[in-house]
Amino acid sequence: MLLEVDNLNVYYGAIHALQGVSFNVEEGEIVTLIGANGAGKSTTLRTISGLLQPRTGSIKFKGKEISTTPAEQIVRLGISQVPEGRKIFAPLTVRENLMMGAYTRTDKNEIEQSMQLVFSSFPRLKERIDQLGGTLSGGEQQMLATGRGLMSKPSLLLLDEPSMGLSPILVEEIFRIIQEINKQGTTILLVEQNALMALSISHRAYVLETGRIVLSGDAHEVAENPQVKSAYLGV
Amino acid sequence: MEVGFLLGSLLKIALLLGYLYGLLRVMGHPKLWVKALGVLAAFAVIQVALTDFNGFKLLNAFDQGLLFQAATMTMVALGLNLIYGFNGQFSLGQWGFYGIGAYCAADITYRWVNGDARGFLVVGIGIILGGLAIWGIGAFLKRYRGIPVLSSFTFYILGVVAAGFLAVKLGALLNPLFAPLLGTPANPGPLASGLALQVVFFFAVIFAGAFTAEISFLFGLPVLSLGSDYFGIATLGFAIVINTLMVNSDTILPFPEMKGGRGMIGIPKLTTWFWAFFFLLVVIILMRNLIHSSTGRAIMSVREDETASRAMGINVAENKLLTFVVGCFFAGIGGAVYAHYIGFLSPGTFDFLVGFNPLIIVVFGGLGSMTGTIAASFGWVFFLEGLLRVLLSQMGTEAPTWRYVLYPITLLLLILIRPQGLLGNVEWGFLKSVKVASRQKEAGTPPTGDAPQSIQEGA
Repeated sequence: MLLEVDNLNVYYGAIHALQGVSFNVEEGEIVTLIGANGAGKSTTLRTISGLLQPRTGSIKFKGKEISTTPAEQIVRLGISQVPEGRKIFAPLTVRENLMMGAYTRTDKNEIEQSMQLVFSSFPRLKERIDQLGGTLSGGEQQMLATGRGLMSKPSLLLLDEPSMGLSPILVEEIFRIIQEINKQGTTILLVEQNALMALSISHRAYVLETGRIVLSGDAHEVAENPQVKSAYLGV
Repeated sequence: MEVGFLLGSLLKIALLLGYLYGLLRVMGHPKLWVKALGVLAAFAVIQVALTDFNGFKLLNAFDQGLLFQAATMTMVALGLNLIYGFNGQFSLGQWGFYGIGAYCAADITYRWVNGDARGFLVVGIGIILGGLAIWGIGAFLKRYRGIPVLSSFTFYILGVVAAGFLAVKLGALLNPLFAPLLGTPANPGPLASGLALQVVFFFAVIFAGAFTAEISFLFGLPVLSLGSDYFGIATLGFAIVINTLMVNSDTILPFPEMKGGRGMIGIPKLTTWFWAFFFLLVVIILMRNLIHSSTGRAIMSVREDETASRAMGINVAENKLLTFVVGCFFAGIGGAVYAHYIGFLSPGTFDFLVGFNPLIIVVFGGLGSMTGTIAASFGWVFFLEGLLRVLLSQMGTEAPTWRYVLYPITLLLLILIRPQGLLGNVEWGFLKSVKVASRQKEAGTPPTGDAPQSIQEGA
């Protein structure tokens, strides 16, 4: 088991945002969390990556408890988050943005290898290597954010809404690349509003509703569930 | 007369900017011997201009003063640009740290030439012990998570105070070993003259920088966790506290030689052009190498987005503290160099209102542009002090007051016309990121497919 989340409770002040969330991610999987706005999807990811502190509950990564580990240490353990809204560093060049992703690593040759690997997944980034991050289009920024997340050579990549604000063609391309990255050996935990698309590439899925997991199972089973169909897939 | 002077001054500013451009260009040259030769030539040009040839000097005493003032201002402003421009922490305390550096170094050398080695010994031992205490406590606290900032601050301050106490005792103990070799001002001993004095001066500057850095660490630790605006107010408060301490340095502080509000006189004038140039280069090189390192990218990414930075594995609080300490170190160095040029320190020089000058220079030159800060420091000193003061004084005794009208108007115009600052993101020669330039050539293949040309290619 790569990631085990057990009975996680997270609060924003008095608001009980996650109410006993439990799920797990196996090595090599793509797992999706779907749910409406405010269901707690992003909160879950932010808690795993250490940006938020859970009040109770445990998060085990490779069998090690990480729920109280600070964010900067969690990156070193092999979890990398691609934050919602991309959050690339606008005044840094594409190369510098990618180098930021490798901040925790020291071996220059290995970093260069990772960069070449990112360029093989995202050839567009290579064309724009010395361009400032802020001058990229939305799709390219998403590619850059994802590439930056891969630069720390994570075993688990947390993707928060990669399709946000992108045209349908670009969404398809991004999801194709996510699958590719997964096939190269990176486990992926995906949070998406675009449930149909996310379920089509995932192995398993969990449905979150107001801070609780209400449904889980194989991605196609979840996609077939009549409740999910009416609530999230609009069919 | 006025027109001639005006043109002459403008020419001087233009020549200086050309000089800086040339210096940075040659420092960025890939060949080491060209670099060394170029830097040497740059040093020599000013050295010759400052030399007296039978009463003829290319740069008169007034210009010389401006030159040294500009060099120290560059160090202070570069430090502030690191804190504010690159890291996004709005600090108004830079001037206070500048003052700490100035008084600290001045006290060391003043005591030294007056037959008292305690300044040198106490500060030297103090910063080493204090540094060790900070490092040790830091390593100890790292083992625990979730310690409130104020608790760790208590540990640090206790450790540093203990180190300081020990340093004072040790200094008093070791002083008799040195005192006989120092002599008196009228009859300096072997350690208080010639090369030995130069070495002491060099260490006094470094000590002053390190002392300032440790003070800034203790101050920054609790205060940096405040939001940016509150941090600005706190640093302003700090500058005022420091200024008040300077005014009362002979009454509430045990430093009668600083003479409080009357000003400290008799500081040995040890800053030659060699030292000013040397420390200026050191600060520029340190700054440039820091910015173009992985830590430098981390510093900039913290300014852009703290959440994303944490997700990259950056310890944001540590990063801010490091930046603040390095920036204040530069201010301390600048202060030390200034004190030994001017030979006289008055609390009025370190008034918090004057402390806005480095801030104005940083914004004027462009936030996050090292070249902009360097150029603006030189340009600003020569414009405000050189050009306006002399030019306006020829129009009547009251006229120089007008420079504080003309100068804000200039600032306003610049902000309206070029909000990104004088130079924006442009960096000259040495300060550019070398790696990017070389990789660009290496990856010279044109982009394929239907992708539009990237805007920076070939630029």
